[in-house]
Amino acid sequence: MNALATLLIAPLVGALALAILGERPHARVLNIAASACAAGAALALALEVFDSEPILAAGETFHVDALSALMLLVTTFVTLTTAVHSADYLRIEVARGRFSVGQQRIYHALFQLIAFALCLALSANSLGIMWVAMEAATLATILVVSLDRSQAALAAAWKYFILCGVGILQALFGTVLLYMAAERVIGPDEGALLWTHLAAIRTRLDPQIITLAFALLFVGYGTKMGLVPLHGWLPDAHAEGPTPVTAVLSGLLLNVALYALLRCKVLADGALQTPVAGHLMIGFGLLGVVLAACLLGRQRDLRKLLAWSSIEHMGMLSIAFGLGGAAATFAGLLHLLGHALVKSGLYFSAAQAIQWAGTGQMAGIRGLMSARPVLAWSLLLGTLAILGLPPFSLFPSEFMTISIMIQKLPWAAALLIMALILAFASVLLRVRDMIFGNRVQAAVAASEPLRTAATAIPALLHLALALCLGLVMPVTLQRWLQQASAVIAG
Amino acid sequence: MASGLAGQMLAILAALALAPILSGWVAQCRAWLQSRSAPPLWQPWLVLHKLFLREVVLAQGASPLFSAVPFLVFACMVTACAIIPTLSTDLPLSVVADAVALVGVLALARVLLSLAAMDIGTAFGSLGARRDMLVGFLAEPALLMVLFTAALGAHSTALASMVDVLAHRELAILPSLAFAGVAFTMVSVAENGRIPVDNPTTHLELTMIHEALILEYSGPHLALIEWAASLKLFAYSCIGIALFFPWGLAANDSPLALLFALPILVAKLALGGAVLAVAESVSAKMRIFRVPEYLAIAFVLAVIGVLVHILLGS
Amino acid sequence: MNDLSTVGLQLIDLLAAVSLLLAFGLLIQRRLTALIDFYALQSLVLVIVTSLVGWLTGQRHLYLSAALTMVLKVLLIPILLYRLVRRLRLETSHDTLVKLPATLLLGLLLVIFAFDVARPIAQLSTAIASGTLGIALAGILVGFLMMISRSRAISQVIAFLAMENGVFLAATAVTHGMPMVVELGIAVDVLIGVLILGVFLFHLQDAADSLEAGGPASPTARLERSGPETPKPRKARTQTP
Repeated sequence: MNALATLLIAPLVGALALAILGERPHARVLNIAASACAAGAALALALEVFDSEPILAAGETFHVDALSALMLLVTTFVTLTTAVHSADYLRIEVARGRFSVGQQRIYHALFQLIAFALCLALSANSLGIMWVAMEAATLATILVVSLDRSQAALAAAWKYFILCGVGILQALFGTVLLYMAAERVIGPDEGALLWTHLAAIRTRLDPQIITLAFALLFVGYGTKMGLVPLHGWLPDAHAEGPTPVTAVLSGLLLNVALYALLRCKVLADGALQTPVAGHLMIGFGLLGVVLAACLLGRQRDLRKLLAWSSIEHMGMLSIAFGLGGAAATFAGLLHLLGHALVKSGLYFSAAQAIQWAGTGQMAGIRGLMSARPVLAWSLLLGTLAILGLPPFSLFPSEFMTISIMIQKLPWAAALLIMALILAFASVLLRVRDMIFGNRVQAAVAASEPLRTAATAIPALLHLALALCLGLVMPVTLQRWLQQASAVIAG
Repeated sequence: MASGLAGQMLAILAALALAPILSGWVAQCRAWLQSRSAPPLWQPWLVLHKLFLREVVLAQGASPLFSAVPFLVFACMVTACAIIPTLSTDLPLSVVADAVALVGVLALARVLLSLAAMDIGTAFGSLGARRDMLVGFLAEPALLMVLFTAALGAHSTALASMVDVLAHRELAILPSLAFAGVAFTMVSVAENGRIPVDNPTTHLELTMIHEALILEYSGPHLALIEWAASLKLFAYSCIGIALFFPWGLAANDSPLALLFALPILVAKLALGGAVLAVAESVSAKMRIFRVPEYLAIAFVLAVIGVLVHILLGS
Repeated sequence: MNDLSTVGLQLIDLLAAVSLLLAFGLLIQRRLTALIDFYALQSLVLVIVTSLVGWLTGQRHLYLSAALTMVLKVLLIPILLYRLVRRLRLETSHDTLVKLPATLLLGLLLVIFAFDVARPIAQLSTAIASGTLGIALAGILVGFLMMISRSRAISQVIAFLAMENGVFLAATAVTHGMPMVVELGIAVDVLIGVLILGVFLFHLQDAADSLEAGGPASPTARLERSGPETPKPRKARTQTP
């Protein structure tokens, strides 16, 4: 209970405080402190929840089970490391005069606000509140994306708002229908939108209403997740705004959207008793992986390359959870964990590379290995990890997913493997040029204060964790993952 | 069958007498709204009288069709007015033609008029005919859809029974009629050549539709066609009244009921005419290329009316 | 069910139909100020529906919801949008509509689709105005069509808001409103969203202005071309005799 309160209050207080004094040098420390508080609270909460009963707090307003505890843990941890990374990022940007006083305040306040909205979405019991929190997180990220008010940023933010706005409205309509279906079973009271009640009666929900509701929720949260026909906003939004927030966007916000979708899928599976929802997720996930694999090679912007890689991995996750069953769900959660860690780590490295080169275009980033070896290594290892190479945790999760898929849908598995190989080749080709290519120009910012060794710590920490997950997974964590997958797979 | 004969005769006579008055009333209202001194209410009758006294001037090379058309068109319009329940729903003639046939009768008049306009071979005639057919073939499906919406509610396409059901149902609101009403208003404006689709008082070659059609007519022929045009406006007004404001119609042939129905009809027509005049005064005529858009909107609304009825009604 | 509530039910259906009618009005209207008026009118319809449902079912919180809608969507947001239009000097400008008949037919197909989807569900519902679900769904889809067929940023905002109205219409008529907390949250989100979009529009205008000094047209310039437009040829107005 106390842990939960800390988890929600720390970012909120942090946001308020930072809105007032966000431009002071110690604001970055405050940002880290607020994130650390939340992370500590999440850890305490996780220890409380795992191996015991889910927590219900404040009446029935909040509900934390194994799945949400796991997601909260990842979210707050990545927020914390991002805050550490962002302190350094901001120091350089401010030194270069790119961040005005107002922008620093807005940036810091919004950073904590996003963290708050994500935690709220993950801990809310009511699906309505979850929706509101998702929308709030979206609005906050839109503001961050458009922070520098350049044309490209505004256009990207506009696209982000319009596409996600339309998507999220579909999700709202889906939520309304869910409420309608539940109302028919348990009567019109406040409980009809609460997850705990819904999950209890999910087999009695009307299949016709739930089919429509899930279709709408799938479109809605799928848009936010970047599933393929609705992914248009994602690469542009990821290419604008301060890079640390892009890391949050890519590593966390997409996950939370997926989390919302998973909750809905549990209800749909219970009501429909057919794997329609899963098939929908597999189909669109496969589409996402294939399209991303085809387009990865054509990217010129480093952040867009990583964004497309996120689309690919969201497709992969969608497939894993769509397959259903304990094993595939376990693999999905592991993949989610690995992707959140590695992708945000990659964005940290990318942020430094972009700051070093003074451009986000990959053609302008050359010869990192000779100039910034530590940065080069973290970027290279991160790339290898995100592509699913063995020692890192994305390998076992992808391997498990594919092997389950070969049993269930062999032809689709073949397609998936081909797409992964294509993605592998095209990304590696791009990154190789950045790391080993010849220096085309003297780096703009050679004289800038870039403490490569220290700034690489968050990225390397993420990589190390992914490595650890891939090599020897702690038994505790394995048990936690199993408990979390039990929430989804039953 | 003979029971409704008096009502039927009265309806036809009322139509013949009131139609020019209705046109005059609209013109009068428009004049008032535009701060002009208004022509008297019976001005159309005076015009008709004047035209009937003149001799017919036929263009060279006019075929017999050209002279026959005014009579045929007039007959079509009288038929249309006879089968629309204006005063009572007990009409002997209404078994002759239902709502679909009504649209057919109106279409027949249009085709005849267009043929006559092209018969002479002048540029204006062909242009008017083409434009009129353009409006017509877009407006007719919309009109049919409007009538279908009402027919779905009444489970009959016979106009008299449709109106009977609509007038005597319990206090009920049909959402589908909201769509149908808007669509019908748009269609009747287009069909009767009022602003914003056409301007009945203009002879500007760029914009005129109806006037271009009848440019070659003179004397009694022109009088008949003008009379038919007033009858058409009267017919459309009565369809609108019958479908959307059906209260106050006489259900049987008793003289008292008919006596009551007549002033109610006149009052409703006066109100409708005034609304039409206001609408015409505040809107600008649209370009002819916009007319298909305008009618497409009417059609879509009418179809949605049908759909809403199917969704809610059953 | 007595006569009074039967009339009430039919009135709700009628109002829902009017709301859909207004959604089509939004789809085909070119003038930006008229778009805002239509939106305010649609919101007003929503207010009436909400209070009517509240009256018929005796659920007090719906009055609160209606009041919220009234303040927010009938007054505040339209006023904000009007100010925006005035500040951007767009009062007299029109949005371009390409292939209107095709758009309309597409809208018709969407309505058929929505009704077809909603029909089986409407028959299940125990709520008082179940037929409204299909109409609301159709309204949402028409709003979506408007969103993708419009080029002006402000029209897109209004399309977004119209879709949101459709969702609320469904929520009110089908489930007698969402729990109050959720409704409050949604209202706040929508208000903030509109404010953000308003700020964006200003900046987009600045971006477009600086762009007009030279350089090729960018996505933003296409998104919101600002300032007084070259006056379009006036509609041919016939002379009155």
